[in-house]
Amino acid sequence: MLSHPIPSCIPYTHPLPDPFPTPSLFFSLLSPSSSLFFLSFSPIDSSDSDLELSTVRHQPEGLDQLQAQTKFTKKELQSLYRGFKNECPSGLVDEETFKTIYSQFFPQGDATTYAHFLFNAFDLDRNGSIRFEDFVIGLSVLLRGSVTEKLNWAFNLYDINKDGYITKEEMLLIMKSIYDMMGRYTYPSVRDEAPSEHVEKFFQKMDRNRDGVVTIEEFIDTCQKDENIMNSMQLFENVI
Amino acid sequence: MAAGVAAWLPFARAAAIGWMPVANLPMPVAPTNKNKRQDELIILNVSGRRFQTWRNTLDRYPDTLLGSSEKEFFFNEETREYFFDRDPDSFRSILNFYRTGKLHYPRYECISAYDEELAFFGIIPEIISDCCYEEYKDRKRENTERLMDDLEDNKDNKPPNMTCRETMWRAFENPHTSTMALVFYYVTGFFIAISVITNVVETVPCGSMPNQRDIPCGERYTEAFFCMDTACVMIFTVEYLMRLFAAPSRYRFMRSVMSIIDVVAILPYYIGLVMTNNEDVSGAFVTLRVFRVFRIFKFSRHSQGLRILGYTLKSCASELGFLLFSLTMAIIIFATVMFYAEKGSSSSKFTSIPASFWYTIVTMTTLGYGDMVPKTIAGKIFGSICSLSGVLVIALPVPVIVSNFSRIYHQNQRADKRRAQKVQKARLARMRISKAGSSTAFLHSKRNGLNQSLELTGSLEEDQQLKKTTSLLESQHHHLLHCLEKTTNHEFVDERLYEQGYLQTALQNFPSQSPSLSSEEGVTGTCCSRRTKKNIQALNATHTHSHTHNLQELSALHIHCGEQQPLNTSRSSLNLMSDESGSLNCKSSGLVTTAIISIPTPPSNNSRANPDAPPPPNPDAPPRPNTGSDVVKISAL
Repeated sequence: MLSHPIPSCIPYTHPLPDPFPTPSLFFSLLSPSSSLFFLSFSPIDSSDSDLELSTVRHQPEGLDQLQAQTKFTKKELQSLYRGFKNECPSGLVDEETFKTIYSQFFPQGDATTYAHFLFNAFDLDRNGSIRFEDFVIGLSVLLRGSVTEKLNWAFNLYDINKDGYITKEEMLLIMKSIYDMMGRYTYPSVRDEAPSEHVEKFFQKMDRNRDGVVTIEEFIDTCQKDENIMNSMQLFENVI
Repeated sequence: MAAGVAAWLPFARAAAIGWMPVANLPMPVAPTNKNKRQDELIILNVSGRRFQTWRNTLDRYPDTLLGSSEKEFFFNEETREYFFDRDPDSFRSILNFYRTGKLHYPRYECISAYDEELAFFGIIPEIISDCCYEEYKDRKRENTERLMDDLEDNKDNKPPNMTCRETMWRAFENPHTSTMALVFYYVTGFFIAISVITNVVETVPCGSMPNQRDIPCGERYTEAFFCMDTACVMIFTVEYLMRLFAAPSRYRFMRSVMSIIDVVAILPYYIGLVMTNNEDVSGAFVTLRVFRVFRIFKFSRHSQGLRILGYTLKSCASELGFLLFSLTMAIIIFATVMFYAEKGSSSSKFTSIPASFWYTIVTMTTLGYGDMVPKTIAGKIFGSICSLSGVLVIALPVPVIVSNFSRIYHQNQRADKRRAQKVQKARLARMRISKAGSSTAFLHSKRNGLNQSLELTGSLEEDQQLKKTTSLLESQHHHLLHCLEKTTNHEFVDERLYEQGYLQTALQNFPSQSPSLSSEEGVTGTCCSRRTKKNIQALNATHTHSHTHNLQELSALHIHCGEQQPLNTSRSSLNLMSDESGSLNCKSSGLVTTAIISIPTPPSNNSRANPDAPPPPNPDAPPRPNTGSDVVKISAL
């Protein structure tokens, strides 16, 4: 059998990519083109994670099913999906992408913490990524749902550990993340106590029995009695 | 906003419902989409090839031709499509820009054709994405160089009206322009050579008289050499004077290196003429003759390589300095060591440390003359260490110098590289400005009170006027930011205002990091800080009124700087605010939209009809204050 001659080893000027930096450092002292050595040191492990992400893909359920589950028309669903797919071709939004997208709307502040909470509110099955169905169901509640449903959704957002109670600590985290979005350059400038004061006001309003937590009933009750909140709930009716 | 992000704006707005239960203030009214129509496909016919896309896709960049109403000029009524008589191949990348938000430069495309297409469709080339930007810049640079070369070739055809002086200067600088210049060039070169050879031969011993020792030729044929010298010096003097006469800037010419060399080369002769053959000064006179050797440097006008060598040495000054410094350190160390090592030896030549310097230098540079050698064992050991380390110390900076030289020699486009870097900086600055545009656009529209007037005035002309200044996307985005302000009961403020107005009050370090890029120096200066101080009290008072839906007062809260009357709480005076043309803030006018493309448009129209309902806050739109305010948290808006 003919055996192809093994090509000669890599010529001397281009040494093998050396995972151990010490010998290459020695060589680099003597050769003028030392930059080659540092470039040849290539990390190998990151490619695996790249492979992983690129093969995961998700296709949403059919248009009819989605139409049944949500209150959007077909056309609305189509245009929503186009926007969704444009930004996330793989069909799934992971938390980092979500944070990036959301942060672009708030250039002056840091929206990543609030985006994290939002992500958890949308990611209903808690699997770390939002599919189009989650996205569209969430939007349907927000834009076309009844006031009670919207309030439920908001409660779900504030209740970080989803145990049915909003504690002061949870509310403080949420409040801080909202204030973070304002950034540094505000008038008046945000003091450190501002979030906690806001939380106190919130609890004074919402916590009827003064037990330190807000339950869903207290929350919905209080909100329905507050005119401002009721008005603002209707604000985004015609967003799509 | 970037392509996809615009599609997520409805989502961001819907998610704002999460703030509502927390907010204590009422929310502003949302901008409605008056011409709400279903998204439709539009057909773009480019020289026969039909492209189709959604209308919304094109609306993402309202500053370009396709995104604005300018495309209506190309609308063909019969076929109901937009017809452009342009190259369909280039159009592909332009349309992809709308779709993906990234502009790519196709390699097969000619650079000037591509530039023309971009200019036609109103897209600035700076937003070419990084993957293609290098290629684009390289091609552009080559093109401009080629154009410049062509220009220079044409320049060589002598322009008719050059004065005698300019002609001479041109002749001196570019010898190949005319025959006279070439002759002059060669003649001076010849005489430089003659002069140098004369200096050399002068010292050669030639022939000995039987009763005398060998005398150098210079002393034997004194008159001959003197005549040679005189002739050369006269030629050099004439040449120098002619250059001095022809130079466009005499002062600069006299300071240049070449002219100093010229002067140094001919001065000794004249000094020698002046001084008589005095015994006292003859020593000094001889020293002066040394300077005649500088005539050899005059060759550098004739040789490009010499000039580059000189330039290399100049640019490697730091490496040379390092070499010198490290050598000096090593010399002192080793000389000391050798001196003390050889102190014991009886007939040692190492009489003192400075005497050992000579040994150290000779050894470190591996010369090894052998006139001083260590005799003790310790001395020999340290001597060998000295020579080994000498090799290392000298070998280290040399490759740097060598590579420098080769780099300069091969790339004599160094100046162009620097120019390109400046352009790169300018590009980044422009992109920063356009990215920062989103937040400043919001602040700007706050000052205009556009957020309110969209709804409450409600007349048709208002809307049409408004559409010219902000796109619906922008107004929705601004509404979102406004809701956030209401939720937290704080307002967004310009970075510069913030720093000036609140330097007195204790600044809280806020947890979030917002790196700020300010690209223009603000003219706000003292004006703003004075006014903001005045406003603080007034604004604090108006805050308490804020729970009523009042247009005037909402807009009053927005005006921090640039108003000429101080605010007070009476409603009537709140209407007076608008003559902001007197504000010192404006450095640049123009509304920067949230699109990446920021082509300054004229400030929003000044004459807005005052409806009978609560009057709009400012009949005059202020010129936009500080352009370079803030931040872009993350990439590509």
